[in-house]
Amino acid sequence: MTNHLEISNLSLILSTLLLVIAILVDYKEKLGLGKDIFIAGIRVVIQLFIIGYVLSFVFQINNNLVTLIMVLFIIFNASYNAHKTSEGIPNSFKISLTSIGVGTILALGILVLSGAIDWVPSQIVPITGMIASNSMTTIGITYQSLTTQFKDNRQQILEKLALGADEKQSSLTIVRQSIKTGMQPSISRSKTVGLVSLPGMMSGLMFAGIDPTEAIRYQIVVMFMLISVTAISSFIASYMTYRSFYNEEIQLMI
Amino acid sequence: MKPILELRDLSFEIEGRKILENISFSIDKGEFVTLTGPSGSGKSTLLKLIGHLISPSSGKIFYDGKEIFKYAPTDYRKNVSYFFQSATLFDETVYDNLAFPSKIRDKAFDKNRALKGLHTVQLPETYLNKPIRELSGGERQRIALVRNLMYAPNVLLMDEVTSSLDKENKEIILTFIKRLNQDEKLTILWITHDTQEIKESNRLILIKDGRAEDIKHD
Repeated sequence: MTNHLEISNLSLILSTLLLVIAILVDYKEKLGLGKDIFIAGIRVVIQLFIIGYVLSFVFQINNNLVTLIMVLFIIFNASYNAHKTSEGIPNSFKISLTSIGVGTILALGILVLSGAIDWVPSQIVPITGMIASNSMTTIGITYQSLTTQFKDNRQQILEKLALGADEKQSSLTIVRQSIKTGMQPSISRSKTVGLVSLPGMMSGLMFAGIDPTEAIRYQIVVMFMLISVTAISSFIASYMTYRSFYNEEIQLMI
Repeated sequence: MKPILELRDLSFEIEGRKILENISFSIDKGEFVTLTGPSGSGKSTLLKLIGHLISPSSGKIFYDGKEIFKYAPTDYRKNVSYFFQSATLFDETVYDNLAFPSKIRDKAFDKNRALKGLHTVQLPETYLNKPIRELSGGERQRIALVRNLMYAPNVLLMDEVTSSLDKENKEIILTFIKRLNQDEKLTILWITHDTQEIKESNRLILIKDGRAEDIKHD
């Protein structure tokens, strides 16, 4: 069995055939996505080539400060993206930064202190990316859940306010439900892990020739990490957000 | 005696449209007042303003001699209790609803009072653990009333609470609040179009084109 890890330029160009298939589907079904697929293709190439060279540089110089900047850069980007999907929740950047930041730093801290991963850029940077991107999707779902639930349960909240409940007492059911919704994907993912999906972490290691019995150890750590990160970030995001649906006089704003 | 509620030059506008204009009147403790008027006249808005669920564009509301925004909104709403036109029950069971008022006060649930309340609105005690989805509209409205009265407020604001109910349910609710008004001196301010119900109150205020007019006083 040969396991040569290299994709030649020719193979890379030939793989654009995959995009051509997508464009054919688009053309046949008149989806109007042709331009989007084309742009997505270009975007993927440019973005990844840049990040490839940046990471290669970061890994080579192996400098603590540069690694830290990389971590912060990922957290910042994730927060910015979550903020953009928040549909006008006030202070959403601050909230996103706090929930992603705290979640990432806590998870990273535990992993490094427990010795599961080492503080070297080739481990820290990919793990940070995994944590931050999961945290980002989680709070995206959390924001969405909060917004729809506040709209759907408007009358219920008004009833509670009219009975003299404060913001927290009126929102408690909604906040709990939103945390739950935010956490759900990471919990359900654990049901199929290894049975249906071979997640990125272990796939990558196996690709690189690591024995599966070793690769799954990393995957176990990653699964635990993701469950905890989604819990932390949806918890922080929900509790920081619910108050913004009320004004100073504890009146519902939507 | 100073009035329990006093409105001074109360106005409310939304998106440049005037809903209420310079409303002024006062209500004494123990009065049973009906607000009436054509639909769209701003009655409901007025009642929500008094319930502090929305804030006026200008003018003042005094409760017990003090401007209402000087009270903590939660304390004020516990004393001046607003009751919605079609009340919604929340969470799972009747118990969840009747226990909510004690939960937000950090107090133990007064089961006796809850059962007594159910009895007053002619519902059996077994209803306490009934899931809310099994209740009829009239039953929900009656339970919501018990919920609002688990801790006796000083003023009860009601917005057409019987409009969607049948005669029997109307009767039960009316008897209940009449008794509270007479025996416990609960001040009631409600909106209704029902002639029978208007007769029960001792004062009638007409809201028309955003202005108030006292038309009956006894």
